[in-house]
Amino acid sequence: MLVARTLPIMTAMALLAMTAPSPAATITIVMQNLVITPAEVSAKVGDTIEWVNKDVVAHTATAQQGGEFDVMLPANKGGSLVVNTAGTFPYFCRFHPNMKATLTVVP
Amino acid sequence: MFVRLSAVLVAIALSTGPAGAEGAKLTDPQIAHIAYTAGVLDVAAAKQALLKSNSKEVKQFAEDMVRDHEAVNKQALDLVKKLNVTPQDNDTSKALSKQAADKYEQLAKLSGAAYDKGYIENEIAYHKQVNGALETQLIPSASNAELKGLLQTGLKIFQGHEQHAEHVAADLK
Ligand SMILES: [Cu+2]
Repeated sequence: MLVARTLPIMTAMALLAMTAPSPAATITIVMQNLVITPAEVSAKVGDTIEWVNKDVVAHTATAQQGGEFDVMLPANKGGSLVVNTAGTFPYFCRFHPNMKATLTVVP
Repeated sequence: MFVRLSAVLVAIALSTGPAGAEGAKLTDPQIAHIAYTAGVLDVAAAKQALLKSNSKEVKQFAEDMVRDHEAVNKQALDLVKKLNVTPQDNDTSKALSKQAADKYEQLAKLSGAAYDKGYIENEIAYHKQVNGALETQLIPSASNAELKGLLQTGLKIFQGHEQHAEHVAADLK
């Protein structure tokens, strides 16, 4: 009886552990010499995207459509964003539209 | 007519290098001078736009030009200092300056939408011209690796400006 009762609880706990959201991660993207690396990044809802700008000029990370995000990235600094919406977001730099990349956010 | 003529002169100067030295390779001090001058001239054009334009987008673009070209030129100055190179004036720099001075005068006579259009269209043409010179002449001629690297990054920044200016021009229509 005891065993019978404990097993389902353990199973339930194991299941809970598997479905519990993993802790939010921070994903770093570098902008250097006007190149965005990596150009394609996949993140989960709740993750933080951190852009490091190693150039002497400011950049932005601006969603191509819908105004989903527009992050200012000052020269030799950068900026970050917590992603709360799932989707595929092509983005570019408003100051240098030749800088392009894609951010994919999964639930 | 003046503008036309000076544009032709610049085209000649950029394609053949210093007058009387056709085919002669530009030296690093000359290349540094041309790149620096190109930046100074675009900052001057942007400052004129900040005084004359009423368009928020055009002013924002002009502010971006001032900020970027000043940042790149500061890097260029730091580099020539480090390399102990004195930028040397030359016919290409002179032709660029003459062309820009003529354009400045021409734009000074315009106002409102006509000015905005004139400024942005010249920004597209000017960045195209400078980028062409960087790609075909200045970068291939540069001897010092650090100078070459700075010019290559500069080219990517200015190509970005060219595209940015094209976006602004499309919005003005
Ligand atoms: Cu940028």
